[in-house]
Amino acid sequence: MIASLLGVLFDGLAYGMLLFLISVGLSVTLGLMNFVNLAHGAFGMVGGYLCAAAIARWNVPFLAALPLAFGASALAGLVLERLLYRRFYRRSHLDQVLLTIGLTFMSIAVATFVFGPQQQALRLPEYLSGQFSLAGVDLNIYRMFLLAVGVVLTAALTLVLERTRFGAAVRAAVDNPRVAEALGIRVGLVFQIAFAAGCGLAGLGGALGVEVLGLDPGFPLKYMVYFLLVVAVGGTSTLKGPLYAALLLGVADVAGKYYIPQVGAFIIYAVMVILLILRPQGLVSR
Amino acid sequence: MECVFWLVLAAGFWLWPKHLALASHVLIAGLFALSYDLILGYAGILSLGHAAFFGLGAYAAGLLAQHGWGEPISGLLVAGVCAALAGLLTGFLVVRGQDLTRLMVTTAIGLLLFELANRLSGITGGVDGLLGVEMAPLLGAFRFDMYGRTAYGYCLAVTFVLFLGARRMVQSPFGWSLRGMRDNPGRMLALGYPVPRRLIAVYTVSAAMAGIAGALLAQTTQFVSIDVFSFNRSAEVMVMLIVGGAGVLYGGLVGAAVFTLAYHYLSSLNPVYWQFWLGAFLIAIVLFGRGGVLGACERVYRLLRERRREPASQP
Amino acid sequence: MTPALHTSGLGKHFGGIRAVTDVSLVLERGARHAIIGPNGAGKTTLINLLTGMLPPSEGDVFLDGDRVTSMRPDQRVKYGLARTFQINNLFPDLTVMQSVLLAVCEQRGVGIDPWRPVWSRGTEIAAARAVLRLLRLDGAEDVEVRQLAYGDQRLVEIALALACRPRVLLLDEPAAGVPKGESQALFRAIAGLPDDVTVLFVEHDMDIVFRFAQRITVLVSGAILKEGAPEDIARDPLVKQVYLGNRS
Repeated sequence: MIASLLGVLFDGLAYGMLLFLISVGLSVTLGLMNFVNLAHGAFGMVGGYLCAAAIARWNVPFLAALPLAFGASALAGLVLERLLYRRFYRRSHLDQVLLTIGLTFMSIAVATFVFGPQQQALRLPEYLSGQFSLAGVDLNIYRMFLLAVGVVLTAALTLVLERTRFGAAVRAAVDNPRVAEALGIRVGLVFQIAFAAGCGLAGLGGALGVEVLGLDPGFPLKYMVYFLLVVAVGGTSTLKGPLYAALLLGVADVAGKYYIPQVGAFIIYAVMVILLILRPQGLVSR
Repeated sequence: MECVFWLVLAAGFWLWPKHLALASHVLIAGLFALSYDLILGYAGILSLGHAAFFGLGAYAAGLLAQHGWGEPISGLLVAGVCAALAGLLTGFLVVRGQDLTRLMVTTAIGLLLFELANRLSGITGGVDGLLGVEMAPLLGAFRFDMYGRTAYGYCLAVTFVLFLGARRMVQSPFGWSLRGMRDNPGRMLALGYPVPRRLIAVYTVSAAMAGIAGALLAQTTQFVSIDVFSFNRSAEVMVMLIVGGAGVLYGGLVGAAVFTLAYHYLSSLNPVYWQFWLGAFLIAIVLFGRGGVLGACERVYRLLRERRREPASQP
Repeated sequence: MTPALHTSGLGKHFGGIRAVTDVSLVLERGARHAIIGPNGAGKTTLINLLTGMLPPSEGDVFLDGDRVTSMRPDQRVKYGLARTFQINNLFPDLTVMQSVLLAVCEQRGVGIDPWRPVWSRGTEIAAARAVLRLLRLDGAEDVEVRQLAYGDQRLVEIALALACRPRVLLLDEPAAGVPKGESQALFRAIAGLPDDVTVLFVEHDMDIVFRFAQRITVLVSGAILKEGAPEDIARDPLVKQVYLGNRS
């Protein structure tokens, strides 16, 4: 019993970590520029498909394909930001939703056209597959890898945010963009970099997640609710908020599907409703 | 001008007798878009889950008929009440919170109902759909025939009546207050308006209307499948409204017509192409087309009026 | 006689920061009472406490002797407390008449009517016109608010609050942002406020304060430093030191 509980917890945390990595960019976009980017999942999809293609078609090793996924998504984010997103910072949320839904539809269509509508299979390297036994609990090696990567990246993000000048600029800009601008912080540039990084992280998350979340052209829409949930519940002013929200969501989802498979899929909806009723301003308010 | 619009629609029996089924679809979509205009165009509530109410109404009417109660109008009313109840319950979650929260909650509710309908395929017929929906003759006299004549008249009458109701509502103090709450909810609160309550009220009304539209679909096609709850349907109604023009009531009807007809004639193409160009079109609209079709018409009309007023200034 | 508005030991703190401490105000009916104080003194927090936008950490607010501390902001408005905003908080796309009508309709309980068109409501339209006439805005009835001069927009702010038929009117820096040339209209408006309405205004502009206030409360660091008639306040050395500087 304890073994399965630990196993579920472990899986849930890994899953939650993945959600966090993908969603953190969305939180930044909303917090910094008040921009509702519903196409965020599409950046994750880009990373996932690139990683899968790199491994399958160009024989790039898995660990090398991951930074590729990051880079490609970050680049895509940078390009889209300059061409399109920039014009919408002052426009209504409705316009932003329309723009990003349009982009999402286009990305899904392109993915279906290029890769087909089926699930992508990703060949994991040998050393990341299989189980690992620890104190009687069977731990999936890949999920351990996910947790490790997640912890490292979260630590890195926290370090950047709290110890570097760039991080300070980001925090200042989230807090009060006008005053930050007046203090000499180039909020536009800060945002460009933060946005690209967020998209890159989403791509990395997408690539890492092919094994856990699956990957098909419907990915952006399928998981959109999850990303929105993480940001709505976790808030946009801290890093901890979305992290806790994502971990909670991950554990709740996995636990629900494991223990009560009939209604497992609905657990997250119940969690969402409860959280919204109790804390309409998010899990971690300032 | 408005009378012409409705007279043309009424003349549809003679103008497009071979396409009455399609025309009914346009009307149903138009009613759905009209209901969506009330919450998005007037009250400013961003929702990507309005199909939840459409679907609830469809299944309410469909299940009612499947279990023997085939009287159309009462089925319509039951559907409306069911959807309204759902709107009232979920409205509490939707009106608190900002745009992002509203998007998330509405999307989640739509997905939840879709999933629920899928799971309960014993009741809903799942992906294959609800069968055995048999409708009794409308008002006891008009049978739902193969040519869709009764269906068209039925849809037209219902849409017209609800449109009139919506029109009165948006011109009433309550309707005006919706615009106030959309543009400056803080100020409305400071004027004594219980903003969340009023938003829940319009959300409920809109849900009822969407439910009735769904019921019309179930009753006229005598079929319901779970895609009435799909995210695509929620996204499509948003597109329809924006294409036609939000906040002007007729926009929903016009946009629904444009979208449904476009889909009907282009859907024979590869669905991937449809989705791609739909996305591109959406981006184009939001970049260039303020106010949709009706907004563009208004601009053209204004331009023509100014041209006519100063012909002498033309060199 | 019961004061129109009074507070007892009103306080608000955010974590360790005490924004407002032990504020007890008493406003008699028809009073013209000003609150002054340096920036950051807690004036805005006080207004938010009075209107209900912020729940107090301690203390109570009373309107005409009735405890309103647990009432929501919109309930307090219906109870007779209206406010204006320091920065114009209007409906830019509506006309002046439409904006005031919004306020009048809700005040008269017809805001929820979903059937009768607004333009058929003669009583409400007449009431709205009366408010506009009082503020000399009746000529601008059909002008979109965004097209008005800032000073006139400030008057619309007051019109909106007056349309709520308040017993107590809170003016949050009514002169803020108004160019010198447009302040006459504002002075006239404040002077013309009905006598039975109690007016509490927060102000920086000493012209307005000394012209209209019968009593002044000086707020510093969230607490009342001194309260009294304008002449006493102007002469008080402590007040001068903290706030008025070297002005006499």
